[in-house]
Amino acid sequence: MSAYRALDLFELDALLTEEERLVRDTARSFVSERVLPVIERHFEQGSFPMDLIPQMAELGFFGANLEGYGCAGLGAVAYGLIMQELERGDSGVRSCASVQGSLCMYPIYAYGSEEQKERWLPRMAAGEVIGCFGLTEPDHGSDPGSMQTRARRTAGGWVLNGTKRWITNGSIADLAVVWARTGEDASSIRGFLVEKGTPGFSAPQIERKWSLRASVTSDLILEDVEVPDSAMLPGVQGLRGPLSCLNQARYGIAWGAIGAMQACFDEALRYATARTQFGRPIAGFQLTQHKLCEMASEITKAQLLALRLGRLKEQGRAQPWQISLAKRNNVYWALEIARTARQILGASGITHEYQCGRHAANLESVITYEGTHEIHTLIVGKQLTGLDAFQ
Amino acid sequence: MHIVVLIKRVPDTASKITIAADGRTIETAGLQFVLNPYDEFAIEAALQLKEQVGAGTVTVMTLGPAEAAQTLRSALAMGADRGVHLEHEQQLGDPYAIARTLATAIQGLAPPADLVLAGRQAVDSQSLAVGPMVASLLELPCVTDVTRLERQPEGKLRVEREVEGGHEVLLVEPPALLTTNKGLNEPRYASLKGIMAAKKKPIEEPAVPIAPALSAILRLEYPPARQGGRIVGEGAAAVPELVRLLREEAKVL
Ligand SMILES: Cc1cc2nc3c(=O)[nH]c(=O)nc-3n(C[C@H](O)[C@H](O)[C@H](O)COP(=O)(O)OP(=O)(O)OC[C@H]3O[C@@H](n4cnc5c(N)ncnc54)[C@H](O)[C@@H]3O)c2cc1C
Repeated sequence: MSAYRALDLFELDALLTEEERLVRDTARSFVSERVLPVIERHFEQGSFPMDLIPQMAELGFFGANLEGYGCAGLGAVAYGLIMQELERGDSGVRSCASVQGSLCMYPIYAYGSEEQKERWLPRMAAGEVIGCFGLTEPDHGSDPGSMQTRARRTAGGWVLNGTKRWITNGSIADLAVVWARTGEDASSIRGFLVEKGTPGFSAPQIERKWSLRASVTSDLILEDVEVPDSAMLPGVQGLRGPLSCLNQARYGIAWGAIGAMQACFDEALRYATARTQFGRPIAGFQLTQHKLCEMASEITKAQLLALRLGRLKEQGRAQPWQISLAKRNNVYWALEIARTARQILGASGITHEYQCGRHAANLESVITYEGTHEIHTLIVGKQLTGLDAFQ
Repeated sequence: MHIVVLIKRVPDTASKITIAADGRTIETAGLQFVLNPYDEFAIEAALQLKEQVGAGTVTVMTLGPAEAAQTLRSALAMGADRGVHLEHEQQLGDPYAIARTLATAIQGLAPPADLVLAGRQAVDSQSLAVGPMVASLLELPCVTDVTRLERQPEGKLRVEREVEGGHEVLLVEPPALLTTNKGLNEPRYASLKGIMAAKKKPIEEPAVPIAPALSAILRLEYPPARQGGRIVGEGAAAVPELVRLLREEAKVL
């Protein structure tokens, strides 16, 4: 089979810098040569391809948009392109990199003490320390402000109690960023760096998922976990802390979704031109062309949206609701495209020999995590109307 | 040690090639270009030799249009130190003109090259001639299609190449020119740090005149359209007839 060709109907490549194209090409080859050959097996087994971690670290994929501490210091668009390419492979692989960079390294980078940064960031960039981000709880998903996890002050530090759920990388993580209330309301939320092996802390894996199977998802259980003062992130308090991290990760997901769309479109187009029924390629039927045209239009729109958002972000002007709009739109269409690709492939589409079914299953998680589709709708709705529909 | 690697910007092999209106060149608009895959082996070999010696310079050189600077940049991102761009917009069809121009540029380099590496062939023009021609113009020993390369402690190179039915093992003393074949190594990816560092690496543009061509392309033609298949029969009974046709008509057995 000939090599993957990304759709670029409006010559958006020309809007990228030489450096951005090189970064994209590195990530693209890495995915073709290292991720795609193994991903189907891991998805079926429900395991994460651990040997990709040192490889991604060596290429500089972890915390690529951070400056110093062994990070590459790339711009927002180059970072987005890495997410796009990784998700062309699998949403689970992209999730691992998103969590490591945007949800774990970023809060340490933005809100950590100099000592915390020196201690953790270089080793996280090198893939020696894997991180996870614990915000969601069994009873508090879309409304994390009402979380129950508590941090109680002691003489030399804090004692943490509570349960986090649906935590990506949880069971493979060496370090967890755990968000906990230190007082009665959301304004008292603080971030804590909890190391694997701390007494009272465990991270059992959630089994039997049918989505994001090549990704580890876990509970974090904290029972009288004692951490020193130096484990608290000093630079932020309140819901703004976790939400600012989510904004970084959501931005990456807006790009990642394009990768999943591209993989599905590429597969559907090849299949439709090769498969004949009624004596001609199914791509020759108007109904199939309508599907392909719709997919290609949505991919092109998603690309323009992500690129413009990236440029705004590079200028420090991207607003959270713009990120919400992009994540919401791109993930929604990625899921539609994956399902349509599956439809074009007929019965073949339900096997693991093809990717669209795996992407469609994965995207059911992506449309839920990092703010559900509905929550992003309300964020954009609030921006448009000035009325808060959350409560 | 100064290693010079000759590299070329070529259309992605997955691209559909169209012949331009002049009938002698290909249409470049809309094509995706990549670093010639055989040249990647040469770059990787140069980087490994430099790492093994612990010192030296890897220079990548290309003859091509303005956009070929991107190809040089991707080689610099892999780890090469210095780029040389002999800029020329027209597509050159004559391997001698290319080799002569490259040889002149190599002679102009300071410090002089201790080793010249090139891919065995460019996947577009496939003349397989440029490497060996540069070697003879520079009067360098030349080994083609190298699949294994080791530097001996005293600096000689032990190389292997595949020949019909086995391997040939040779010892060459630099300065020399080697062309690289698939299987020699696994080219590294350009890491993000490498890409960032490449921005600061120099690309020189020496004024080297393009040598006159000794041959000219009259025209390019598409391969003949594939003939439709034919069903000879069904089941085991059809096998003898199929074998006969394959032998007598298709002449492939
Ligand atoms: C594979 C996977 C990995 C994850 N990784 C992480 C991680 O690493 N760290 C982490 O902290 N969390 C993680 N999550 C959790 C994820 O962020 C939450 O699942 C998400 O925030 C939604 O919470 P919930 O599942 O409790 O759903 P709920 O909040 O209970 O929502 C259920 C439904 O109600 C809708 N809804 C809720 N409130 C409103 C409203 N006001 N108006 C309209 N509709 C509403 C939702 O949109 C949804 O459709 C992960 C989830 C998955 C599936």
